[in-house]
Amino acid sequence: MAFLELSALQKYFGANHVVRSFDLDVAKGEFVTLLGPSGCGKTTVLRMVAGFETPSSGQIRIDGRDVTALRTSQRDIGMVFQAYALFPNMTVAENVAFGLRVAGRPRAEIDAGVREMLTLIRLPDLGGRYPFQLSGGQQQRVALARALAARPKVLLLDEPLSALDAKIRVSLRTEIRAIQRQLGITTIFVTHDQEEALSMSDRIVVMSGGVAEQVGPPFEIYNRPATRFVAGFVGTLNQIAAEVIDAGAGRLAVGGAEIALGRAIPPGQGTVSLALRPEAVGLGGRPGDIRLAGEVSEVSFHGSVVRVRVEVAGGSIAVDTFNNAASRPPAAGERVEIAFAPSDVLILGD
Amino acid sequence: MTRFLAWAMFLFGVAYFALPLFGMTEFSLRMRRGVYSLDAYRVVLGDPQFQATFAYSTVMALLTIVVGVLVVVPTAYWVRLYLPRLRPVVEFITLLPLVIPPIVIVFGYLRLFNTSSWLPLTGTAAGTNLLLLMGYATLSLPYMYRAVDNGLRTIDVRTLTEAAQSLGAGWATILARVILPNVLVAVLSGAFLTFAIVIGEFVMAALLNRPAFGPYLQLMGANKAYEPAALAVIAFVVTWVCMGLISLVTRFQKFTPAPR
Amino acid sequence: MAPFLVFTGLFLILPTLYIVVGAFRATDGGFTLQHIAGLNTPAIRNAYWVSIRISFWSALFGCAIGLGMAAAVIHGGLPGRLRGPLMTFSGVASNFAGIALAFAFIATLGPAGLVTLWLRTEFGVNLRAYGFNLLSTTGLIITYLFFQIPLMILIIAPALDGLKREWREAAETLGASTFQYVRMVALPILFPSILGCFALLFANAFGAVATAIALTGSSLNIAPILLFAQIRGDVLGSPGLGYALALGMVVIAGVANALSIWLRTRSEKWLR
Repeated sequence: MAFLELSALQKYFGANHVVRSFDLDVAKGEFVTLLGPSGCGKTTVLRMVAGFETPSSGQIRIDGRDVTALRTSQRDIGMVFQAYALFPNMTVAENVAFGLRVAGRPRAEIDAGVREMLTLIRLPDLGGRYPFQLSGGQQQRVALARALAARPKVLLLDEPLSALDAKIRVSLRTEIRAIQRQLGITTIFVTHDQEEALSMSDRIVVMSGGVAEQVGPPFEIYNRPATRFVAGFVGTLNQIAAEVIDAGAGRLAVGGAEIALGRAIPPGQGTVSLALRPEAVGLGGRPGDIRLAGEVSEVSFHGSVVRVRVEVAGGSIAVDTFNNAASRPPAAGERVEIAFAPSDVLILGD
Repeated sequence: MTRFLAWAMFLFGVAYFALPLFGMTEFSLRMRRGVYSLDAYRVVLGDPQFQATFAYSTVMALLTIVVGVLVVVPTAYWVRLYLPRLRPVVEFITLLPLVIPPIVIVFGYLRLFNTSSWLPLTGTAAGTNLLLLMGYATLSLPYMYRAVDNGLRTIDVRTLTEAAQSLGAGWATILARVILPNVLVAVLSGAFLTFAIVIGEFVMAALLNRPAFGPYLQLMGANKAYEPAALAVIAFVVTWVCMGLISLVTRFQKFTPAPR
Repeated sequence: MAPFLVFTGLFLILPTLYIVVGAFRATDGGFTLQHIAGLNTPAIRNAYWVSIRISFWSALFGCAIGLGMAAAVIHGGLPGRLRGPLMTFSGVASNFAGIALAFAFIATLGPAGLVTLWLRTEFGVNLRAYGFNLLSTTGLIITYLFFQIPLMILIIAPALDGLKREWREAAETLGASTFQYVRMVALPILFPSILGCFALLFANAFGAVATAIALTGSSLNIAPILLFAQIRGDVLGSPGLGYALALGMVVIAGVANALSIWLRTRSEKWLR
């Protein structure tokens, strides 16, 4: 049985159907991310788990206990907010101690718990500081320690990295994940940043319009998107229009050139979209690759990766190649040939 | 639970405020035995003394607003533009009238400007009127300054000034034609508040012996039964109109694009 | 700048200084503490004491009830539509002080007032028999609350708006009850603002003369009424004593404010 179960959750705000029949089972110790654009309902799901919103229908169970009707304070959860939300009138240590204090734990236990938490977030000497004396990254680590101090059953993270500088954001990702693993705490993480989602999660739930479009591990989500929305939202995706010549044999026409995928495609469609990740396309190619001719329109240098944009019949393709000091990237206006393996092509229906 | 407490708190407050308002209105209608009538209002409004004192206080209030604007707008503007370091000092001074009781201020006037002093303002009626006017302007200083300063905060004073200067405008022109229109809503808010304060003011007018509305109210209260209630209703309506006008002009401002 | 300095100097600073200096000037022009010492009579001590008590209690209840009402509308889950009217009404009521306010309360709670008569005829409750008298300190406190509560609502509202929703939510996720949140987070954060408001309300009540005079004539012995009588007719029989009486009022209002500023900076250590 799953540790955290959300079954058939629905939420209306007035006539607005924000979350539609949402189901999710999270195993103990699992890190699950709700990913989606703003307004997709991911925050509402999280706030229903927290108890800030009451579901219009459906059920929430934590560790076998139905908490749907319980107040937030009785749910045994910890939460980290986007804007830190540290209590400004308390020191770092007092903030971390808050959950233990309201639970009425003895003094010695509180002190020990606070010390342990501050060590865990690697700020053991800042217990006496006030929140305004800390940097954003430090504040968010303290907020994490505060949420974890009373050892909640579930940790909820509401876009905790969005307010931070790019550099700290990346380093804190690793740190949050490491602490989560160390404590083995079941975690739900909400973000609109696909990079965060892909790099941190055990599983990702991609949401759109109040519905879970796909649930799966990052590798699955990225490489085998179930819907057009998931394919477009997670990662960069090239799309080219193709006409179906023979669905059963997988033969298609892209702007006059005929290509063969070597596998059947879903029947009954006149045209389809071929989708390709930039890193699946090369300028050289291996034997057996599909080749299309085109012209370079733009070259951008990102350090380890060089992105070349090539205009081919049927669309524009971004090609990611690794930087190589020995060979120059092509220049704009040059004619090139792009190549990709048939197995890397995703077929997106309408 | 929280919501229940909140409603209880709110309704308790509403009851506390509604009762006296209801009480004075009801009382003001009881002049004729056995039935409700507007007799008290008829008597009050027909009283030449009421007309004279109310007119006096109205004129005083309007003059106070003029003096307040003339003193406060240039000062607030100047401090914002050139003397930001003096800001705390000026703010402190403008807050003093909230701490020093008005009765002490007017006590000072009576001694400082008495007939044997270097500036014998209390010697003549005109002088005393001027003194009362200045007293009222002092009372309204905290409100007027706050309102105007808030208004100036929302516009880019420096850019507006430099733009006007580059077009050849002098100081008076800049203040009157550029700054004032832009903080008009703020000035009006301060003005209506000033009006509400001045119209029923008692202590200063009484001690300076001026025929204002406040002392008239007190006189009626000491000698009549139903008229004071009618007067209280009138005073309340005047206050309400002033506050209503404030929210009206502030709302009006929201629809005019803010100059940036 | 010049007009402002001349204006405030002539009509605010100098008159006050004149009183201050006058309190220490002997008849021959020399320095004396005799006037200050002269304040130490039972009548004057009592006047100050009653004044302080009225101001203190009306400020305390004004703070508590005003805070409660503002919090009810801003954070208590009442419909948001109530807020605008409450603020406008507070603007009206906080300025509805003075003589007219006294009339309103006489018409309501006075000997022939609406509530008084109603309680007597409908319930047989005689307020007077219970020792209630509008023309007393209690009556004055109840009357003053009519402008103290709305003033509190107006000046505490911005501070209440400053309480972030996330603080409350964070406290809830950590297991705190509403009461614990209020006691451990909301009130400590609001405390400096509440102190400032308290001082302002105290000064506001302390300087109020008109309501007291209209309500009680000169029967109630409070500092501003005594000063009013002294200015009108030198009832103390010594001009110097009048100055000292006025100085005392300024000092008490000033001390109340200084005290609140001092306490505020202490309790605001978490904001620098």
